[in-house]
Amino acid sequence: MPARRIIPCLDVKGGRVVKGVRFRNHEDVGDIAELSARYSSEGADELVFYDIAASPEARAVEPEWVSQVARLIDIPFCVAGGIRSVDDARARLFAGADKISVNSPALADPGLIDALAYEFGSQCVVVGVDSRPVEGDWRVHQYTGDPDKTAALPRRTLDWVREAVDRGAGEIVLNCMDSDGVREGYDIDQLSAVREVCTVPLIASGGAGAVQHFADVFRAAHVDGALAASVFHRGVIAIPELKTYLLEAGIEVRP
Amino acid sequence: MAVALIDTGCSNLFSVQAALDRLGATHTLSRSPAEAERADRLILPGVGAAGPAMARLRASGWVEALQTEKRPLLGICLGMQLLFDRSEEGGVDTLGLIPGAVRRLPRPDGGVWPHMGWSRLHLESESPLTANLGEGAYAYFVHGYAADPGAATIASTEHGRTFSAIVQHENVFGCQFHPERSAEAGSTILRNFIELSDAALSGN
Repeated sequence: MPARRIIPCLDVKGGRVVKGVRFRNHEDVGDIAELSARYSSEGADELVFYDIAASPEARAVEPEWVSQVARLIDIPFCVAGGIRSVDDARARLFAGADKISVNSPALADPGLIDALAYEFGSQCVVVGVDSRPVEGDWRVHQYTGDPDKTAALPRRTLDWVREAVDRGAGEIVLNCMDSDGVREGYDIDQLSAVREVCTVPLIASGGAGAVQHFADVFRAAHVDGALAASVFHRGVIAIPELKTYLLEAGIEVRP
Repeated sequence: MAVALIDTGCSNLFSVQAALDRLGATHTLSRSPAEAERADRLILPGVGAAGPAMARLRASGWVEALQTEKRPLLGICLGMQLLFDRSEEGGVDTLGLIPGAVRRLPRPDGGVWPHMGWSRLHLESESPLTANLGEGAYAYFVHGYAADPGAATIASTEHGRTFSAIVQHENVFGCQFHPERSAEAGSTILRNFIELSDAALSGN
């Protein structure tokens, strides 16, 4: 299999990179271009940009900053937030994004996944899934960028992941909401369960607090990549040191 | 030195243009062969499926033009797959510039399909395209189909099976990965393509 990917996630709100705890109370952590260039040069394997306010406010990310990032960096990046149509996706892909990620709009209209895969190929289409346990089962949540609109859905997470892959998703990013921002490790149980049903690349999101957490999630949940935000933005973990640690632990990463 | 980017109408060209800008190369977008007349190099990028891409190339006159092309040509990702005789994806005949076929990659045991991520390039034979590229460099791949290893293989990698990662047949080159998104290794390969000398081409 390819090298395991280390993916800094840049949550974008109002043109700045922000970070919240358990998806709430967002605070400013830096400039989009500055952080993109830094992570790219430090050895990040990919970047993900989430316009976290895009879906609730019914607007899509601006291709201008997408182009700015595409000019700057020489690693792949994915853009998420408010993409509800093939045209929205095309604007971002033609502005230089390598992949687009859909979440809430795909829950509202699952056929969007089929349409995107048909038009651009599955390799461009990432489905983000926000999930947490509800009454003993993992359930998908919608509109998690805005605490006032966040809602649990009747959909079981494992069913939704299967459906998304069947419809043409080329990659799944599983955001484990209860782990997000608390830095106590990835949700290995939930990720392992999703791994069982997910035949496309699976990216873990939510909970990274120490280098050991990355080794744990790669070994125990067999994910293809691990996404993290605050530990990178705040300098708790430096990517070169993380990669050295993983290589010494016998986990293949791009040096 | 000017590079013509062949516009297949379904490709994400911006990241290739940006990579050429970072290397200081002049480039133009060419919908038809006439628009590429003054270029010294051609790049055939590609994201999408083989069938629609071939239909667009045929409609714009590129299929016939590429079959007699003498300038250095670099196919990227789907663009590389189109260089072969045919593709299993949609069962279409492709450009036929390099002998061989493109087949679907199997899903590895316990693994995933498509092949998405950074894999190592294993150098199989010499080419000016891989000058200064060490053995085992990582490149970024995103694809579900690939060409079998053959006489044109310069570098290989594997996902489910071993396949051609870089090919060269005379003036025709291909990269199954995205050099524009493969950090330093990708820049080295693109720079080598831009700086190819006639001597290097004829000597191979």
